Amino acid sequence: MSRLEIPTKGRSELVIEGLYRDLERRIEASPPGLCPVSVTKAFLELCHAQTCGKCVPCRIGLVQLSNLLSDVLEGRADERTLKLMEETALSIMDSADCAIGYEAAGMVYKSLIGCRDDYEQHIVDGRCSCTYSQPVPCVALCPAAVDIPGYIALVGEGRYEDAIRLIRKDNPFPTTCAFICEHPCEARCRRNMIDAAVNIRGLKRVAVDKAGHVAPPECAPDTGKKIAVVGGGPGGLTSAYYLRLMGHAVTVYEMLPKLGGMLRYGIPNYRLPKDRLDDDIQAILETGIEVKHGMRIGTDITIQQLREQYDAVLITIGASSSKTLGLEHEDAEGVMSAVKFLRDVAHGTAPDLTGLEVAVIGGGNVAMDAVRTAKRLGASKVSCVYRRRMADMTALPAEIEAASAEGIEMLTLKAPSAIEVDEKGVLKGLWVKPQMISSIKDGRASVKPNGEEDQFIPCQVIVAAIGQAIETDHFQQAGVPVARGVISASRFGNFSNIPGVFAGGDCATGPATVIRAIAAAKAIAANIDEYLGFHHEITCDVEIPEPEHRDNQPCGRVDLTEREAGERVHDFEAVENCMTECESCQEASRCLRCDHFGYGVFKGGRKTLW
Amino acid sequence: MVTLTIDRKEITVPDGTTIMKAAAQAGIPIPHLCYLKDINEVAACRVCVVEVEGSERLVTACNNVVKEGMVVYTNSPKVRLDRRRTVQLMLSQHDCKCATCVRSGNCSLQTLANDLNILHNPYTEMIERQPWDMKFPLIRDSAKCIKCLRCVNICDKVQSLGIWQLESTGTISTINVSGGRKITDADCALCGQCITHCPVGALRERDDTENVWKALADPKKTVIFQIAPAIRTAWGEPFGLTPQEAPIGKVADALKQMGADYVFDTVFTADLTIMEEGNEFLQRFLAGETKNRPMFTSCCPGWIRFIKSQYPHLVSCLSTAKSPQQMFGAVMKSYFAEKIGVAPENIFTISIMPCVAKKGESNMELYNGEYAGFDTDIVLTTRELDRMIRSAHIDPMNLQEIPFDSVMQAASGAGVIFGATGGVMEAALRTAHFLVTGKDPDPDAFKVVRAKAEAFGITEAEIQIGAATVRAAVVSGLGNTRRLIEAIERGEAHYDFVEVMACPGGCVGGGGQPIHDGEERAYQRGQTLYFLDSKSKIRFSHYNKDVAQLYKEYFEAPLSHKSHMLLHTDHKAWEMPRAPKR
Repeated sequence: MSRLEIPTKGRSELVIEGLYRDLERRIEASPPGLCPVSVTKAFLELCHAQTCGKCVPCRIGLVQLSNLLSDVLEGRADERTLKLMEETALSIMDSADCAIGYEAAGMVYKSLIGCRDDYEQHIVDGRCSCTYSQPVPCVALCPAAVDIPGYIALVGEGRYEDAIRLIRKDNPFPTTCAFICEHPCEARCRRNMIDAAVNIRGLKRVAVDKAGHVAPPECAPDTGKKIAVVGGGPGGLTSAYYLRLMGHAVTVYEMLPKLGGMLRYGIPNYRLPKDRLDDDIQAILETGIEVKHGMRIGTDITIQQLREQYDAVLITIGASSSKTLGLEHEDAEGVMSAVKFLRDVAHGTAPDLTGLEVAVIGGGNVAMDAVRTAKRLGASKVSCVYRRRMADMTALPAEIEAASAEGIEMLTLKAPSAIEVDEKGVLKGLWVKPQMISSIKDGRASVKPNGEEDQFIPCQVIVAAIGQAIETDHFQQAGVPVARGVISASRFGNFSNIPGVFAGGDCATGPATVIRAIAAAKAIAANIDEYLGFHHEITCDVEIPEPEHRDNQPCGRVDLTEREAGERVHDFEAVENCMTECESCQEASRCLRCDHFGYGVFKGGRKTLW
Repeated sequence: MVTLTIDRKEITVPDGTTIMKAAAQAGIPIPHLCYLKDINEVAACRVCVVEVEGSERLVTACNNVVKEGMVVYTNSPKVRLDRRRTVQLMLSQHDCKCATCVRSGNCSLQTLANDLNILHNPYTEMIERQPWDMKFPLIRDSAKCIKCLRCVNICDKVQSLGIWQLESTGTISTINVSGGRKITDADCALCGQCITHCPVGALRERDDTENVWKALADPKKTVIFQIAPAIRTAWGEPFGLTPQEAPIGKVADALKQMGADYVFDTVFTADLTIMEEGNEFLQRFLAGETKNRPMFTSCCPGWIRFIKSQYPHLVSCLSTAKSPQQMFGAVMKSYFAEKIGVAPENIFTISIMPCVAKKGESNMELYNGEYAGFDTDIVLTTRELDRMIRSAHIDPMNLQEIPFDSVMQAASGAGVIFGATGGVMEAALRTAHFLVTGKDPDPDAFKVVRAKAEAFGITEAEIQIGAATVRAAVVSGLGNTRRLIEAIERGEAHYDFVEVMACPGGCVGGGGQPIHDGEERAYQRGQTLYFLDSKSKIRFSHYNKDVAQLYKEYFEAPLSHKSHMLLHTDHKAWEMPRAPKR
């Protein structure tokens, strides 16, 4: 007789596990704008399906909560229903025996408190204000609302130049974004429901690599209006581009020798080769934009002067100064900010790090740029010192992976506590206080000292990549509103007290992504045009291929490959490889064409102008 | 020792004490529902939640232990609100038609809801209605079940049968017969322990009282009752009567007032059983048949169902004697029918038993048609008897203690103790001693087989009868029984004679007895029987003169052909669902 059985998974267990994974992907692909009450009820029912049935609060409480949600959805509820729901949810949270029960009730409670207006509307009006207004998830999630299904279809047909034209309708930096966009568009790609998101950025890379030079469209007839754009980064250049297409005369003031802002002086060449950045900038400038280099606002020219000389002024100065560690000896030689470090490299005045030990402090994308750059400058050892865990790093997972592959030491759960210098003031190393991960606050795990003694990391260079700041002094003096370190423009990019002045991008939001800066700049261009009394429309006459019916069988996503780590660390050449044509054809065919299938064919599938 | 504060009272209790027990020591009863000491400590109902300082979520008092410096509030606003909500949730899935519920007035949920002053329920009523075979002796009403899991655990842990389970998950999780079976296909022993441990009216016996009223109203029927020994220990409990205030003669009076023609005491056939089973044992023992496997007693029908379903290969070790109930039924429709000159088909036999399995036993086809219809036409539990007394609006305080009817009137103390675990063994040994040695032993000579305390288990004894040593064992509760049989099967234990009672403590703790939630009264009731035995004029079954008369006039001698025909049975002549593979 045998006593114990070797555990094996039954068929239905395997099937359900698969369904759970399907559901995870489906949740990932959840479209925005759904009715919170309805979604909450669906979540709750899933939770209730997980109850073992032992305890009253979970077994009965959750189904009664679901009944109350039905009452709200079906017009049988009043304020008392909401009160009972709240009390019931709290009671389950307090008295359920395990997380299956109390966390489920907690979800309902959060929804009820956080989406109170939606619940109120249901009980007061008996209806819901939510409509399915954003049927194309990638477009809805692209801050610049680029016509993604459109250009993917064009790439699929090999019409690369048309793809570039279509992208430029909403984003004049197709090449830049093909290399470094954080691609929020992929996050909720409906293809996730079948297998995985379409590699949207990868397909854009195919378009820009294959298209070659594509001339910008014709500008509208001159309007006679003059606009000054302060700052030649992606935001400033985007506004300048669209304003120029609208027929306005645009002058860009740039303090640095070359245009591109952080794209040129922050992002290393191996991620975005400068000659490829120049492809975008060249096309933008071809529209006839004037550029004044070496002009620092507040020093060489003032906002007041610009306001007098131009019909409108746009501030897009980015976030180009750095936050400090607040430690003694931060001014010692060898201690620098990531902004300065990366800018020097871009200028060609990079320090020689051959044989040196470098500690980079931070866990964001800039920290990854700094460690990988330090490695390429010949450092013998590069450490990434971060106070939280790898999982908490804000850098893109692919960047962290690439850095690890290149031999970067990830020293996590180490908070910098002191910088040590010798009697001559020469940097000796960094002291760190070991941390332990602790409670989660506002969705982010916090840290606290784990009780171990401070540790010493010997290094000759420290690079602080702990955030960027905005130089707001001059603008504040000129009467531009500043709050919490950023220029506080309205959500239309203007100021109520200074007509004709606009601001956007990192300087108005704090450090963010390139696509967010482009999106803001696009909106501001339209608003400046309106301010000047015009209503120019930006369109694109590229005809988009008709969608074909496909069976959409599950198919793997084509990821971009990278050059071998051991080879690429010796140079600053681009790391990422492009797709082949047959790869891009297959990848483009994975697009579900939400512009046509589903709600898209009815409403909101395509915006042809703005 | 641990010092803590409960409701601003500082108390000191031993380490490992639960909050509920600590509070009880401080005179603070914490409301609870699913909790059953040692059996159901699963914190399913969440009624016993308390607030502990420093903890955001509430804590169940039944299965969390005290800690030094703990500050507990058993009645804080949060506790009150959550406890009310929890009970309201439970009520939303409970058929609250208390007026037509067998447990009304003795229902823990009803009491709790009343105590919490719940006068309305904001939640939608969602009553589950599972189909059930209403002919089965055990009735489960899913509409009343609150899924406290007591039935599951009493059957698993105490009776080792696992008839009930928490079935399915999520929205459709419920209690049902385990393994996807119907109750009629399950190896349920019908012990009824799930009924006596159910806090509400979800489990009960099939109510047969209406058929009794019908028979009583039928002028053609001669209605004869028999009352089991254990009834005298408990029938008065729901009326608030002490054992002294509730002698069994008052039940005879009540039944006569209802219209009974004859009322007998099952103690009479207990004595008859001893004559048959005692002689059978001696025969088998002296023939060496008990060398490897013992003879098992056969008076408990729950045990018979158990052995037939769990250990069918051991059925031949059972005594062939019928249970006292079935013997009496047979005697009533044969010997007694002749005696009073009534055709057996006009005799209607009713037994009052502390037992649910007896209903199943009397219903078996095996016992149909031996004379006229079933040997025993109807079996009522103690609870049904009490309900009949109430429905006849008889005031128990006004009942007179009257004697049982004659011809089968005499009863020995040995028969009385049949109702307690060890009683059958003790009674049999008293008579066996006489049969072997020709001399009576001291009536209390074999008290070693009596239960010593409330925790019932296996009692072993080696008894000297003349030159022979009898290896005896007494066991009650089917989990204990399984342990004992497994030991025999593995060759670790050897007995000649084994008494088995399905219910812990024997019939006094039977599944048909009055229910007192959270209390186990079997031991105490057993003491009543031993007291009655000690005060009996006759202490030996073989001195029951009416039994002697019965042999003289009818059966001739124990184990005679006639007694084999009427007083013995073939345990293999009927089918019992087998135990599922474990």
